[in-house]
Amino acid sequence: MRNWLYLHSRAFVQALKRLGGQPFGTLLSALVMGVALALPAGGYILLDNIAVLARGVSGTPEISLFLDGKADSARAEAIESRLRAEPDLASFRFVPRDEALKQLESSGLGDVLGGITVNPLPDAFVVTLRGDDPELFETLSARIRGWPGVAHVQLDSAWVKRLSALVGLGRTVVLVLAVLLGLTLVIVTFNTIRLQILTQKNEIEVSRLLGATDRFIRRPFYWFGGLQGVFGGLVALGAVWIGMDVLAEPVAKVAETYGAAVALGGPGWLESLVTVAFAIALGWLGAAISVRRHLAET
Amino acid sequence: MIVFDKLVKQYPGGYTALDGVSLQIAPGELVVLSGHSGAGKSTLLKLIPAIERPTSGTVRIGEQDISRLPRRAVPYLRRNIGMVLQESRLLFDRSVYDNILLPLIINGHPPGDAARRVGAALDLVGLHGREKEFPAGLSGGEQQRAAIARAFVNRPSILIADEPTAHLDPAYAAEIAELFKSFNGAGVTVLVATHDVSLFRHWAPRRIALARGRLMEE
Repeated sequence: MRNWLYLHSRAFVQALKRLGGQPFGTLLSALVMGVALALPAGGYILLDNIAVLARGVSGTPEISLFLDGKADSARAEAIESRLRAEPDLASFRFVPRDEALKQLESSGLGDVLGGITVNPLPDAFVVTLRGDDPELFETLSARIRGWPGVAHVQLDSAWVKRLSALVGLGRTVVLVLAVLLGLTLVIVTFNTIRLQILTQKNEIEVSRLLGATDRFIRRPFYWFGGLQGVFGGLVALGAVWIGMDVLAEPVAKVAETYGAAVALGGPGWLESLVTVAFAIALGWLGAAISVRRHLAET
Repeated sequence: MIVFDKLVKQYPGGYTALDGVSLQIAPGELVVLSGHSGAGKSTLLKLIPAIERPTSGTVRIGEQDISRLPRRAVPYLRRNIGMVLQESRLLFDRSVYDNILLPLIINGHPPGDAARRVGAALDLVGLHGREKEFPAGLSGGEQQRAAIARAFVNRPSILIADEPTAHLDPAYAAEIAELFKSFNGAGVTVLVATHDVSLFRHWAPRRIALARGRLMEE
């Protein structure tokens, strides 16, 4: 076991020396890997931020019932008693049209309403539901829509659902991107190791003459691929952090116009570890395929 | 005991390097193989560490049939055979010390023991104090001595050398021959292929002459 560790430590140092011996090439490879990994990693982190934002904004799912203009207080009371009979409701409150107008004015749209002499807003009920089953929302909305005196039913969480669906779509795109770019990185490492094998041809031949096993010869190349992955992963994390930092202010400004406070977060410990581990696995895999393919030719 | 039995080696294209060679070499022998270029000396030596495989016939070291040795077993065979080639085949991006250390690393020697062995090998070939230098800073003779130290550092039971003095001045060549004699004196079976048999004449080695792949005289 001690000998195995010793051989690995030597192979590790040897791989580090080879990487250090060609700093420009190492830097370029790390940049290629880093930029390629930063795209899916950054996309994932961004989508994660959007998903968190959507969850925060949607809060408790609500349905707004707008009464038609002709509905009088008796009709409103009838709707109220029907709502009270609904088992899936957590709560509801009546918003008279005058209160709605006041809310609208206080939201900063007073200037827009300045020229209007008659309140155009209808009376409304804001209904809060138990649970967050999307099918329940749809069924209840459809049922309420048929009640007499109800002019319009608005599912407040509809846009959040759309956003969630888009985030889901985005995640699939990021996954496909990660697979494709991962494949590219395996090819990049494959080629780098091929060149390394050609450069080290004499050393490989001499080592074989001295009794080196294939495993002994492969070891530094595996470490080389893995270390390239480490550097590539770190560059990717750096690129994602910089990207999030650059995007943070514009995104916050856009969110502010919707009345939301958004602070973009960079990758956490787990995401960082997964990114670097993924990069190491790709580097190692590229090296393993290349070594198996090309050592037989030397 | 190394036994070559009815050895035939044909290369792709039909060239016959060895043609029915049968030979036995006892443990601890010093054997000088002579013959013109293309006589089959190098091929015969390469069959011992399984660098080449015979087309027919067998090569045995002790009880082990080298000609049928599985590929994965070859590295372990080579660890017990020191090899010195015409070119030193040193690694020029490593120090003399690291070059001599390489077989010990491959063989899995603990670092402390490996350092002692490298020191002893350097003393033996007269390169003590030069271990930090790189091969490019050594003369041809010194490079060959470093290669010999690398071949011997594992203390193999067999040492083969293919034209080890080919590019050396007579003085250097005599020093190298002296080294082989000292290894043989320590009980190592030594096989040297050379054009210059006179280098070894003082020690009355066993002389084997090859011509066109056949054993001509002993």
